[in-house]
Amino acid sequence: MLEVQTYPTIGEAAGAMDDQARFLGGGTLIMNRVNYGDPRFNRIVRTTDASLAEIRVEGERLEVGAGVTMAAILASRDLDFLAPAARAVGGPAIRNMASVGGNLMAPHPYGDLAVALLALDAVVRMASGEELGLEDFLARRNGVVRSLLVRRPRGDEFRFRKVSRVKPKGVSVMSMAAHLTRSAGRLSGVRVAYGAMASTPVRVRAVESALEGVSLDHAGIAAALSAATEGLDPPDDPIASGWYRREVAPVHLRRLLLGEDAR
Amino acid sequence: MKSPVTFRLNGSETAVFVDPGANLLDVLRRGCGDLSPKYGCGQGGCGACTVLIDGEPHVSCLVLAETVAGRSVETTGGLSNGPDLHPLQRAFIEGFAAQCGYCTPGMLMAAKALLDRNPNPTRPEVEEAISGNLCRCTGYEPIVDAILEAAKQRGAA
Repeated sequence: MLEVQTYPTIGEAAGAMDDQARFLGGGTLIMNRVNYGDPRFNRIVRTTDASLAEIRVEGERLEVGAGVTMAAILASRDLDFLAPAARAVGGPAIRNMASVGGNLMAPHPYGDLAVALLALDAVVRMASGEELGLEDFLARRNGVVRSLLVRRPRGDEFRFRKVSRVKPKGVSVMSMAAHLTRSAGRLSGVRVAYGAMASTPVRVRAVESALEGVSLDHAGIAAALSAATEGLDPPDDPIASGWYRREVAPVHLRRLLLGEDAR
Repeated sequence: MKSPVTFRLNGSETAVFVDPGANLLDVLRRGCGDLSPKYGCGQGGCGACTVLIDGEPHVSCLVLAETVAGRSVETTGGLSNGPDLHPLQRAFIEGFAAQCGYCTPGMLMAAKALLDRNPNPTRPEVEEAISGNLCRCTGYEPIVDAILEAAKQRGAA
Protein backbone atom coordinates (compact mmCIF):
# COMPACT_ATOMS: atom_id res chain seq x y z
CA MET A 1 0.00 0.00 0.00
CA LEU A 2 1.31 3.39 -1.01
CA GLU A 3 1.86 6.01 1.69
CA VAL A 4 1.99 9.78 1.12
CA GLN A 5 4.02 11.88 3.56
CA THR A 6 3.80 15.67 3.44
CA TYR A 7 6.35 17.88 5.20
CA PRO A 8 6.34 21.63 5.76
CA THR A 9 9.97 22.14 4.72
CA ILE A 10 12.21 20.75 2.02
CA GLY A 11 14.80 19.83 4.65
CA GLU A 12 12.37 17.61 6.54
CA ALA A 13 11.17 16.03 3.29
CA ALA A 14 14.75 15.27 2.25
CA GLY A 15 15.33 13.65 5.64
CA ALA A 16 12.42 11.27 5.04
CA MET A 17 13.83 9.89 1.78
CA ASP A 18 15.17 6.38 1.34
CA ASP A 19 15.29 3.94 -1.57
CA GLN A 20 11.63 2.99 -1.02
CA ALA A 21 10.51 6.62 -1.36
CA ARG A 22 10.09 8.97 -4.31
CA PHE A 23 9.99 12.76 -4.01
CA LEU A 24 6.90 14.24 -5.64
CA GLY A 25 7.38 17.62 -7.31
CA GLY A 26 4.96 18.59 -10.07
CA GLY A 27 3.77 14.99 -10.39
CA THR A 28 4.41 14.47 -14.10
CA LEU A 29 7.07 11.80 -13.52
CA ILE A 30 6.05 10.18 -10.23
CA MET A 31 2.25 10.03 -10.69
CA ASN A 32 2.87 8.41 -14.05
CA ARG A 33 4.77 5.66 -12.20
CA VAL A 34 2.05 5.43 -9.51
CA ASN A 35 -0.65 5.02 -12.19
CA TYR A 36 1.28 2.13 -13.70
CA GLY A 37 1.83 0.43 -10.35
CA ASP A 38 5.62 0.79 -10.17
CA PRO A 39 6.66 -1.69 -7.45
CA ARG A 40 10.03 -0.02 -6.76
CA PHE A 41 8.66 2.39 -4.16
CA ASN A 42 5.98 2.40 -1.50
CA ARG A 43 6.17 5.98 -0.23
CA ILE A 44 5.63 9.38 -1.83
CA VAL A 45 7.35 12.24 -0.02
CA ARG A 46 6.30 15.80 -0.74
CA THR A 47 6.58 19.23 0.79
CA THR A 48 4.39 22.31 1.01
CA ASP A 49 7.52 24.52 1.32
CA ALA A 50 6.53 27.68 -0.62
CA SER A 51 10.17 28.73 -1.08
CA LEU A 52 10.55 26.02 -3.73
CA ALA A 53 8.38 28.04 -6.12
CA GLU A 54 10.46 31.23 -5.77
CA ILE A 55 12.74 32.87 -8.33
CA ARG A 56 15.32 35.09 -6.59
CA VAL A 57 18.22 37.23 -7.67
CA GLU A 58 21.32 36.16 -5.74
CA GLY A 59 24.21 38.44 -6.70
CA GLU A 60 25.05 37.74 -10.33
CA ARG A 61 23.11 34.50 -10.25
CA LEU A 62 19.43 33.72 -10.37
CA GLU A 63 18.18 31.13 -7.93
CA VAL A 64 15.32 29.14 -9.42
CA GLY A 65 13.42 27.00 -6.89
CA ALA A 66 13.10 23.32 -7.77
CA GLY A 67 9.31 23.68 -7.71
CA VAL A 68 9.21 26.50 -10.27
CA THR A 69 7.09 25.25 -13.18
CA MET A 70 7.72 25.61 -16.89
CA ALA A 71 4.71 27.98 -16.98
CA ALA A 72 6.30 30.11 -14.23
CA ILE A 73 9.53 30.32 -16.24
CA LEU A 74 7.53 31.49 -19.24
CA ALA A 75 5.88 34.16 -17.07
CA SER A 76 9.18 35.41 -15.62
CA ARG A 77 11.02 38.33 -17.20
CA ASP A 78 14.18 37.38 -15.29
CA LEU A 79 14.18 33.93 -16.90
CA ASP A 80 13.30 34.94 -20.46
CA PHE A 81 16.49 33.29 -21.73
CA LEU A 82 15.10 29.92 -20.58
CA ALA A 83 11.73 30.45 -22.27
CA PRO A 84 12.55 28.58 -25.51
CA ALA A 85 13.51 25.50 -23.48
CA ALA A 86 10.55 25.76 -21.06
CA ARG A 87 8.17 26.13 -24.01
CA ALA A 88 9.60 22.94 -25.51
CA VAL A 89 8.30 20.89 -22.56
CA GLY A 90 4.86 19.28 -23.08
CA GLY A 91 1.65 21.18 -23.73
CA PRO A 92 0.16 23.94 -21.54
CA ALA A 93 -1.27 21.51 -18.94
CA ILE A 94 2.06 19.74 -18.46
CA ARG A 95 3.87 23.09 -18.28
CA ASN A 96 1.57 24.12 -15.40
CA MET A 97 2.80 21.08 -13.47
CA ALA A 98 6.30 20.08 -14.61
CA SER A 99 8.99 21.57 -12.38
CA VAL A 100 12.62 22.56 -12.80
CA GLY A 101 13.73 19.97 -10.25
CA GLY A 102 11.77 17.22 -11.95
CA ASN A 103 13.23 18.06 -15.34
CA LEU A 104 16.70 17.20 -14.00
CA MET A 105 15.38 13.73 -13.15
CA ALA A 106 13.44 13.15 -16.39
CA PRO A 107 14.42 9.91 -18.16
CA HIS A 108 15.52 9.82 -21.81
CA PRO A 109 14.27 11.33 -24.13
CA TYR A 110 12.81 13.97 -21.78
CA GLY A 111 14.60 16.75 -19.89
CA ASP A 112 14.87 19.54 -22.47
CA LEU A 113 15.21 22.29 -19.86
CA ALA A 114 18.12 20.46 -18.24
CA VAL A 115 19.95 20.65 -21.59
CA ALA A 116 19.67 24.43 -21.55
CA LEU A 117 20.76 24.60 -17.90
CA LEU A 118 23.74 22.35 -18.61
CA ALA A 119 24.96 24.62 -21.42
CA LEU A 120 24.56 27.57 -19.04
CA ASP A 121 26.76 25.87 -16.42
CA ALA A 122 23.99 25.85 -13.81
CA VAL A 123 24.74 24.80 -10.26
CA VAL A 124 22.41 22.52 -8.30
CA ARG A 125 21.72 23.44 -4.68
CA MET A 126 20.60 20.38 -2.79
CA ALA A 127 18.15 20.39 0.13
CA SER A 128 21.17 20.04 2.43
CA GLY A 129 22.65 23.28 1.05
CA GLU A 130 25.43 21.41 -0.77
CA GLU A 131 26.14 22.83 -4.23
CA LEU A 132 27.36 20.86 -7.21
CA GLY A 133 27.66 21.40 -10.94
CA LEU A 134 24.71 20.16 -12.98
CA GLU A 135 26.98 17.81 -14.92
CA ASP A 136 28.06 16.11 -11.67
CA PHE A 137 24.46 15.99 -10.48
CA LEU A 138 23.29 14.32 -13.71
CA ALA A 139 25.99 11.68 -13.34
CA ARG A 140 24.49 10.46 -10.05
CA ARG A 141 20.97 11.87 -10.08
CA ASN A 142 20.03 11.34 -6.48
CA GLY A 143 19.06 13.45 -3.52
CA VAL A 144 16.46 16.18 -3.21
CA VAL A 145 17.09 19.42 -5.10
CA ARG A 146 16.27 22.76 -3.47
CA SER A 147 17.09 25.08 -6.38
CA LEU A 148 19.17 25.79 -9.46
CA LEU A 149 21.61 28.68 -9.71
CA VAL A 150 22.19 30.09 -13.15
CA ARG A 151 23.83 33.19 -14.61
CA ARG A 152 21.98 35.21 -17.19
CA PRO A 153 23.76 34.91 -20.56
CA ARG A 154 24.66 38.13 -22.35
CA GLY A 155 22.91 39.31 -25.50
CA ASP A 156 22.53 36.55 -28.07
CA GLU A 157 25.16 34.26 -26.54
CA PHE A 158 22.67 31.54 -25.69
CA ARG A 159 20.95 29.27 -28.23
CA PHE A 160 18.48 26.42 -27.76
CA ARG A 161 16.86 24.14 -30.32
CA LYS A 162 14.53 21.19 -29.94
CA VAL A 163 14.09 18.81 -32.85
CA SER A 164 10.83 16.87 -32.86
CA ARG A 165 8.67 15.25 -35.51
CA VAL A 166 5.42 16.77 -34.24
CA LYS A 167 4.92 20.50 -33.71
CA PRO A 168 4.22 22.45 -31.58
CA LYS A 169 4.42 19.60 -29.06
CA GLY A 170 6.54 16.55 -29.67
CA VAL A 171 9.08 14.33 -27.95
CA SER A 172 12.73 15.13 -28.68
CA VAL A 173 14.60 13.53 -31.52
CA MET A 174 17.25 15.66 -29.89
CA SER A 175 17.60 18.99 -28.17
CA MET A 176 20.67 21.18 -28.27
CA ALA A 177 21.87 24.22 -26.37
CA ALA A 178 24.97 26.35 -26.74
CA HIS A 179 26.43 29.14 -24.66
CA LEU A 180 28.58 30.95 -27.21
CA THR A 181 30.88 33.10 -25.13
CA ARG A 182 33.43 35.17 -27.04
CA SER A 183 36.80 36.78 -26.44
CA ALA A 184 38.19 39.38 -28.86
CA GLY A 185 35.55 38.48 -31.44
CA ARG A 186 36.27 34.75 -31.39
CA LEU A 187 34.51 31.96 -29.56
CA SER A 188 36.08 31.14 -26.23
CA GLY A 189 34.98 28.89 -23.39
CA VAL A 190 31.90 27.72 -25.30
CA ARG A 191 29.60 25.13 -23.71
CA VAL A 192 27.43 22.84 -25.82
CA ALA A 193 24.91 20.32 -24.47
CA TYR A 194 22.62 17.74 -26.09
CA GLY A 195 19.48 16.04 -24.89
CA ALA A 196 18.12 12.65 -26.08
CA MET A 197 21.60 11.76 -27.38
CA ALA A 198 22.61 9.75 -24.29
CA SER A 199 20.90 8.43 -21.16
CA THR A 200 21.02 11.93 -19.62
CA PRO A 201 21.63 15.41 -21.04
CA VAL A 202 25.35 15.60 -21.82
CA ARG A 203 28.02 18.16 -22.64
CA VAL A 204 29.72 17.59 -25.98
CA ARG A 205 33.37 18.31 -25.27
CA ALA A 206 34.63 17.45 -28.77
CA VAL A 207 32.37 20.17 -30.17
CA GLU A 208 33.34 22.62 -27.44
CA SER A 209 37.06 22.07 -28.19
CA ALA A 210 36.53 22.46 -31.94
CA LEU A 211 34.80 25.80 -31.37
CA GLU A 212 37.62 27.25 -29.27
CA GLY A 213 39.14 30.32 -30.93
CA VAL A 214 37.12 30.12 -34.15
CA SER A 215 34.76 32.67 -35.64
CA LEU A 216 31.05 31.93 -35.69
CA ASP A 217 30.55 31.31 -39.41
CA HIS A 218 30.38 28.36 -41.82
CA ALA A 219 34.16 27.99 -42.11
CA GLY A 220 34.75 28.48 -38.39
CA ILE A 221 32.32 25.80 -37.26
CA ALA A 222 33.22 23.15 -39.88
CA ALA A 223 35.46 21.17 -37.51
CA ALA A 224 32.79 21.28 -34.79
CA LEU A 225 30.19 19.87 -37.18
CA SER A 226 32.56 17.01 -38.07
CA ALA A 227 32.88 16.28 -34.35
CA ALA A 228 29.14 16.67 -33.69
CA THR A 229 28.64 13.19 -32.23
CA GLU A 230 32.21 12.30 -31.24
CA GLY A 231 32.21 10.22 -28.08
CA LEU A 232 28.44 9.70 -28.18
CA ASP A 233 26.40 6.57 -28.76
CA PRO A 234 22.86 7.92 -29.19
CA PRO A 235 20.10 5.53 -28.10
CA ASP A 236 17.45 3.87 -30.26
CA ASP A 237 13.88 4.57 -29.20
CA PRO A 238 10.44 4.81 -30.87
CA ILE A 239 11.13 8.44 -31.78
CA ALA A 240 14.36 7.85 -33.71
CA SER A 241 17.18 5.35 -34.10
CA GLY A 242 20.64 6.08 -32.80
CA TRP A 243 21.85 5.95 -36.44
CA TYR A 244 19.36 8.65 -37.44
CA ARG A 245 20.28 10.84 -34.49
CA ARG A 246 23.98 10.60 -35.44
CA GLU A 247 23.28 11.36 -39.10
CA VAL A 248 21.19 14.49 -38.52
CA ALA A 249 23.04 15.91 -35.52
CA PRO A 250 25.55 17.95 -37.60
CA VAL A 251 22.69 19.59 -39.52
CA HIS A 252 20.90 20.63 -36.36
CA LEU A 253 24.14 21.72 -34.71
CA ARG A 254 24.85 24.01 -37.68
CA ARG A 255 21.35 25.49 -37.44
CA LEU A 256 21.79 26.00 -33.71
CA LEU A 257 25.21 27.64 -33.95
CA LEU A 258 24.42 29.90 -36.90
CA GLY A 259 20.89 30.69 -35.76
CA GLU A 260 19.41 29.33 -39.01
CA ASP A 261 15.69 28.82 -39.28
CA ALA A 262 14.87 25.13 -39.76
CA ARG A 263 11.63 25.72 -41.67
CA MET B 1 -5.64 5.10 5.18
CA LYS B 2 -7.98 7.42 3.32
CA SER B 3 -7.66 11.12 3.92
CA PRO B 4 -10.35 13.79 3.64
CA VAL B 5 -9.99 16.42 0.93
CA THR B 6 -12.28 19.39 0.40
CA PHE B 7 -12.24 21.53 -2.72
CA ARG B 8 -14.62 23.41 -5.02
CA LEU B 9 -15.83 21.34 -7.95
CA ASN B 10 -17.51 23.47 -10.62
CA GLY B 11 -18.34 26.04 -7.98
CA SER B 12 -19.76 23.63 -5.36
CA GLU B 13 -17.97 22.79 -2.12
CA THR B 14 -17.03 19.13 -2.32
CA ALA B 15 -15.62 16.75 0.30
CA VAL B 16 -14.26 13.31 -0.49
CA PHE B 17 -12.08 10.67 1.13
CA VAL B 18 -9.13 9.75 -1.07
CA ASP B 19 -6.79 6.77 -1.06
CA PRO B 20 -3.09 7.53 -0.62
CA GLY B 21 -1.56 8.16 -4.03
CA ALA B 22 -4.96 8.51 -5.75
CA ASN B 23 -4.94 10.79 -8.75
CA LEU B 24 -7.47 13.58 -9.21
CA LEU B 25 -9.05 11.92 -12.26
CA ASP B 26 -9.95 8.80 -10.27
CA VAL B 27 -11.33 10.90 -7.44
CA LEU B 28 -13.46 13.01 -9.78
CA ARG B 29 -14.85 9.98 -11.60
CA ARG B 30 -15.21 7.44 -8.77
CA GLY B 31 -15.38 9.66 -5.71
CA CYS B 32 -17.44 12.56 -7.04
CA GLY B 33 -19.32 10.83 -9.86
CA ASP B 34 -18.18 13.42 -12.41
CA LEU B 35 -17.58 11.24 -15.45
CA SER B 36 -16.79 14.11 -17.82
CA PRO B 37 -12.96 13.95 -17.63
CA LYS B 38 -11.72 10.83 -19.45
CA TYR B 39 -8.91 8.38 -18.74
CA GLY B 40 -6.71 8.09 -21.80
CA CYS B 41 -3.07 7.23 -21.16
CA GLY B 42 -2.41 7.79 -17.45
CA GLN B 43 0.89 9.42 -18.45
CA GLY B 44 -0.08 13.02 -19.23
CA GLY B 45 0.47 12.37 -22.92
CA CYS B 46 -3.05 12.59 -24.34
CA GLY B 47 -4.86 15.37 -22.46
CA ALA B 48 -8.24 13.55 -22.32
CA CYS B 49 -8.32 14.12 -18.55
CA THR B 50 -7.59 17.88 -18.72
CA VAL B 51 -9.36 19.91 -16.02
CA LEU B 52 -8.81 23.44 -14.77
CA ILE B 53 -7.30 23.95 -11.33
CA ASP B 54 -7.60 27.56 -10.21
CA GLY B 55 -8.32 28.37 -13.85
CA GLU B 56 -5.23 26.72 -15.31
CA PRO B 57 -5.24 23.46 -17.32
CA HIS B 58 -3.79 20.37 -15.65
CA VAL B 59 -3.79 16.70 -16.65
CA SER B 60 -5.81 15.30 -13.77
CA CYS B 61 -4.35 11.78 -14.12
CA LEU B 62 -1.00 13.16 -12.90
CA VAL B 63 -2.36 15.36 -10.09
CA LEU B 64 -2.07 13.85 -6.62
CA ALA B 65 -5.67 14.28 -5.47
CA GLU B 66 -4.86 15.66 -2.03
CA THR B 67 -2.96 18.60 -3.59
CA VAL B 68 -6.24 20.20 -4.73
CA ALA B 69 -7.38 20.75 -1.13
CA GLY B 70 -8.84 24.26 -0.88
CA ARG B 71 -8.56 24.86 -4.61
CA SER B 72 -11.08 25.25 -7.39
CA VAL B 73 -11.50 22.48 -9.98
CA GLU B 74 -13.49 22.91 -13.18
CA THR B 75 -14.53 20.07 -15.49
CA THR B 76 -16.60 19.85 -18.64
CA GLY B 77 -19.42 18.65 -16.38
CA GLY B 78 -19.76 22.21 -15.13
CA LEU B 79 -19.50 24.03 -18.45
CA SER B 80 -23.19 24.30 -19.30
CA ASN B 81 -25.67 26.32 -17.31
CA GLY B 82 -28.56 23.87 -17.11
CA PRO B 83 -29.82 23.41 -20.68
CA ASP B 84 -27.74 26.38 -21.91
CA LEU B 85 -24.55 25.06 -23.41
CA HIS B 86 -21.27 26.94 -23.17
CA PRO B 87 -20.34 28.71 -26.45
CA LEU B 88 -17.49 26.21 -26.86
CA GLN B 89 -19.88 23.28 -26.57
CA ARG B 90 -22.26 24.85 -29.11
CA ALA B 91 -19.42 25.55 -31.52
CA PHE B 92 -18.13 21.97 -31.20
CA ILE B 93 -21.59 20.59 -32.02
CA GLU B 94 -22.28 22.99 -34.87
CA GLY B 95 -18.81 22.58 -36.35
CA PHE B 96 -18.77 18.74 -36.12
CA ALA B 97 -15.70 19.04 -33.89
CA ALA B 98 -16.55 15.87 -31.94
CA GLN B 99 -16.64 12.54 -33.74
CA CYS B 100 -16.09 9.78 -31.16
CA GLY B 101 -16.01 12.46 -28.45
CA TYR B 102 -13.39 10.90 -26.23
CA CYS B 103 -10.90 13.78 -26.48
CA THR B 104 -13.66 16.41 -26.41
CA PRO B 105 -13.84 17.09 -22.63
CA GLY B 106 -10.08 17.70 -22.53
CA MET B 107 -10.20 19.82 -25.67
CA LEU B 108 -13.03 21.91 -24.23
CA MET B 109 -11.19 22.59 -20.96
CA ALA B 110 -7.92 23.44 -22.72
CA ALA B 111 -9.89 25.78 -24.98
CA LYS B 112 -11.75 27.33 -22.04
CA ALA B 113 -8.47 28.10 -20.30
CA LEU B 114 -7.29 29.83 -23.46
CA LEU B 115 -10.45 31.89 -24.07
CA ASP B 116 -10.70 32.94 -20.42
CA ARG B 117 -7.20 34.40 -20.70
CA ASN B 118 -7.24 35.44 -24.35
CA PRO B 119 -10.75 36.06 -25.74
CA ASN B 120 -9.45 36.71 -29.27
CA PRO B 121 -6.81 34.09 -30.00
CA THR B 122 -5.08 33.62 -33.33
CA ARG B 123 -5.09 30.22 -35.04
CA PRO B 124 -1.50 29.44 -33.91
CA GLU B 125 -2.47 30.38 -30.34
CA VAL B 126 -5.38 27.92 -30.48
CA GLU B 127 -3.09 25.23 -31.88
CA GLU B 128 -0.62 25.87 -29.08
CA ALA B 129 -3.38 25.78 -26.44
CA ILE B 130 -4.56 22.31 -27.51
CA SER B 131 -1.07 21.00 -28.32
CA GLY B 132 -1.20 18.71 -25.29
CA ASN B 133 -4.52 17.17 -26.37
CA LEU B 134 -4.51 14.27 -28.80
CA CYS B 135 -7.40 13.61 -31.19
CA ARG B 136 -7.32 10.43 -33.23
CA CYS B 137 -10.53 10.61 -35.26
CA THR B 138 -12.21 14.00 -35.67
CA GLY B 139 -9.06 15.75 -36.89
CA TYR B 140 -7.67 18.96 -35.52
CA GLU B 141 -8.97 21.36 -38.18
CA PRO B 142 -12.65 21.27 -37.13
CA ILE B 143 -11.61 21.51 -33.47
CA VAL B 144 -9.45 24.60 -34.07
CA ASP B 145 -12.22 26.09 -36.25
CA ALA B 146 -14.79 25.50 -33.49
CA ILE B 147 -12.63 27.17 -30.84
CA LEU B 148 -12.12 30.20 -33.10
CA GLU B 149 -15.87 30.28 -33.80
CA ALA B 150 -16.67 30.13 -30.07
CA ALA B 151 -14.33 33.08 -29.51
CA LYS B 152 -16.16 34.99 -32.23
CA GLN B 153 -19.56 34.14 -30.75
CA ARG B 154 -18.48 35.15 -27.26
CA GLY B 155 -17.15 38.41 -28.64
CA ALA B 156 -20.44 39.08 -30.39
CA ALA B 157 -22.55 38.22 -27.33
